[in-house]
Amino acid sequence: MTEQQLPGDPPEPATSAGPPLLEVTGISKSFFGVTVLADVDLDVRAGEVHAVLGENGAGKSTLMKVVAAAHQPDAGTIRLGGEEVTFSHPRDAQLKGVSIIYQEFNLLPDRTVAQNIFLGREPVRAGVVDSRRMEADTRRLLAALGASNIPPDRLVRELSVAQQQTVEISKALSYEARVLVMDEPTAALSPHETEALFERVRRLQEQGLGILYISHRLKEIFELAQRVTVLKDGRRVGTVEASAVTTRELVRMMVGRDLAHYYPPHASPDELGEVRLRVRGGGVPGLLHDIDLEVRAGEIVGVAGLAGSGRTELAQALFGVRPFGSGRVEVDGRAVDLRTPRAALRQRMGFVTEDRKAEGLVLPLAVRDNGLLALRALGRWLSGRLPGGPLRVTDLMKRVDLRAASLDQEVRYLSGGNQQKVVLAKWLATNASILIFDEPTRGIDVGAKAGIHELMRELARAGAAILMISSELPEVIGMSDRMLVMRGGTIAGRLPADPTEDRIMLLATGERDLGEAA
Amino acid sequence: MSASTTAPSQADVPETPVVKPSSRARRAGRGLLGSAPIFLILLVVLVAIAVRNPQGASPEYYLALLKRAAPLMLLAAGQIFVIVSGEFDLSVGALITAVVVGAAVITDGDPSLSYPAIGGLLVAGVAVGAINGVATTRLRVPSFLVTLGMALVISGGVLYNTGGAPSGTLPQNLRFFGREGIEGVPVIGELPYSVIVLVVLGSVCFWLMHRTNFGRQIFAVGGNARAAALSGTRVHAVKTLAFVISAVSAVVAGILVAGFGGLSNDAGAGYEFQAISAVVLGGAVLGGGRGSVLTAMAGALTLEALFTLLNLLRLPVELRFTVQGVIIIAAVAYASVRLRASA
Repeated sequence: MTEQQLPGDPPEPATSAGPPLLEVTGISKSFFGVTVLADVDLDVRAGEVHAVLGENGAGKSTLMKVVAAAHQPDAGTIRLGGEEVTFSHPRDAQLKGVSIIYQEFNLLPDRTVAQNIFLGREPVRAGVVDSRRMEADTRRLLAALGASNIPPDRLVRELSVAQQQTVEISKALSYEARVLVMDEPTAALSPHETEALFERVRRLQEQGLGILYISHRLKEIFELAQRVTVLKDGRRVGTVEASAVTTRELVRMMVGRDLAHYYPPHASPDELGEVRLRVRGGGVPGLLHDIDLEVRAGEIVGVAGLAGSGRTELAQALFGVRPFGSGRVEVDGRAVDLRTPRAALRQRMGFVTEDRKAEGLVLPLAVRDNGLLALRALGRWLSGRLPGGPLRVTDLMKRVDLRAASLDQEVRYLSGGNQQKVVLAKWLATNASILIFDEPTRGIDVGAKAGIHELMRELARAGAAILMISSELPEVIGMSDRMLVMRGGTIAGRLPADPTEDRIMLLATGERDLGEAA
Repeated sequence: MSASTTAPSQADVPETPVVKPSSRARRAGRGLLGSAPIFLILLVVLVAIAVRNPQGASPEYYLALLKRAAPLMLLAAGQIFVIVSGEFDLSVGALITAVVVGAAVITDGDPSLSYPAIGGLLVAGVAVGAINGVATTRLRVPSFLVTLGMALVISGGVLYNTGGAPSGTLPQNLRFFGREGIEGVPVIGELPYSVIVLVVLGSVCFWLMHRTNFGRQIFAVGGNARAAALSGTRVHAVKTLAFVISAVSAVVAGILVAGFGGLSNDAGAGYEFQAISAVVLGGAVLGGGRGSVLTAMAGALTLEALFTLLNLLRLPVELRFTVQGVIIIAAVAYASVRLRASA
């Protein structure tokens, strides 16, 4: 714990010990019977940056949406300046001084900066919009943030992401915000822009705003925040002073959980075969660079990484969706050019996509047609025969243990788990033996999850080479025979089977030194 | 990879009935039942015609109706490919006119030129379909606009070439497809060639759409183009071929129209909307993914029968458009209500 180094001196909070500006207590929220938040407390003081930290799915975003009234809580109270309030609508919260800035901005790209800030409440003179006053007010707001370089009459689409974010902040300030919620504000910013953003956040602090700051970048949290609240599985693990905690402790708070779920055993060394898939120096301009990886027959290689680290982009590049622009890909030792999904398909590759409804299935079609989707694409057009001889779809669906009323049932009526089994059956039908799974069990109930995991291991044991991307650490640890951790569009580290969650998190967040020091 | 075809171990999983297999016949039956309304509507209209018709309902009478409906039914059988793939083809009406006028210009009444003319027009049809398809898929222009533009291009070309009044004549051996028939058939008297063409090409379309790998891929493309592409489907090629099939069906329909309608500058006017009305009436979903050749053709026959009924009821011909408009709106509304109810 003594190796802790604070990357910068946090500014003295203006009124650190003051009463909470905003206080939420006992917030619970569930969607369709799934509890997302359970009895969560959180408060922010005037002049404070309070960071909210947690893994994907910990409930951070939902909590922030409750605070900003985008969701109504099932239970709990919200107090603003000591008084209990109910926000009926995000606009209501905004008018009362609580504004949120999402990762996706709420700006109209073809309107000017000033028009965006005063949207719906433009100053009017003699029955027409008083543009001059609107732009003057905008200039004043931007100046207060030290962003006088943004012209109020510029179209939003012409601004950089960082400038658009500044416009969002100005918009919030124009509502006389007292509490500002920022959801992963640095996710799309360069280091230089991040520095500028921090400068702005500190200015807001000096003006007495309370800021709720969501991030999973630990470095930023130490640089900006006075207090940190860690959420996990929808519960508050704890709230700590940033100056009294180490990176390691925070990571432990984030991930320290029991592996309650049973995973099939890893592959034994004699079960591993030849290298089926190899990538050397793979790159996609702006997305991926210097990708080196190999996957052997019989092996499940896990890919971990935070959102935006390039996980899905890697899968898409391998499967020819957004192909590699540089580097070399080999299947069974032969160089191949995977320009399209079809080319990948011909190499007997299969891709179980992250979003099965948008990318994996044709919802209005029957189980049968979805199961044969890929196989038919390889078949001769003017023939009813399937390539590779007759195939009993019933057998196919038995292999994945599908529970459906009939093969003619439309897949949109199936549960998430059964839908995923149909996607899997689609690749079994083509005899795919290099399989890429992107979030294979997202949104699937626990029982079906275990079934999918069992099936994946079964496939590996039968000789398939599997690359599995997952943002759920327990899953990626439980399933992987080896692991790749991605950060910033490349593979930041490689880990053997059964690494600890904090080793992965440290690699994924870039806090590598601390991980090795321990 | 013979090992990968072994079933997952059932040791710790209790045997459960997984999915019920179903026979092809039962599936086809359900397909008809699922879109049954059109057959019921058709029956009602046919019965109404019999009731209103002063001469009563004879087989000849209905056969004449079928003969009249043949071009539209063929057009619907082609249009359904485009609609199921998620697109529109509004160029078919202009194409029919171009075929009628073009046949007259090429042959100018010379019977020896009839077959070369038909061959040339089919090639031109393939070209029009391919251009529609490529512009829609590669250039990403909405097909609604591509085919509307194509219709204008073709119509303009026809008007320019004819100077407003079509010249030339159609040879008898070209008109015979739409006009003549095999004489002396028991019960029905004359079996029109157009009905034979309809049955043959209708069957080909049915087979293409419902019995081939290509046909099943049209449904996938119309239902979710991205998922289809990620499963290896050549989405652009599938859509382009759908446009080609629609255009070819328009050329054949045009030759039939030339047969019993004769030479006119507006021979094909309005056919594109009739074809779309027909497929919608047949239960196809605009936007893609659902439809069938058989119900689309039934929709076309129903539409033609409705026009006949309007005649018998002595309603003015001008009301055709109104009826068609009401049908399109009602059919689409019905389909969307039904989809929502089952979702």
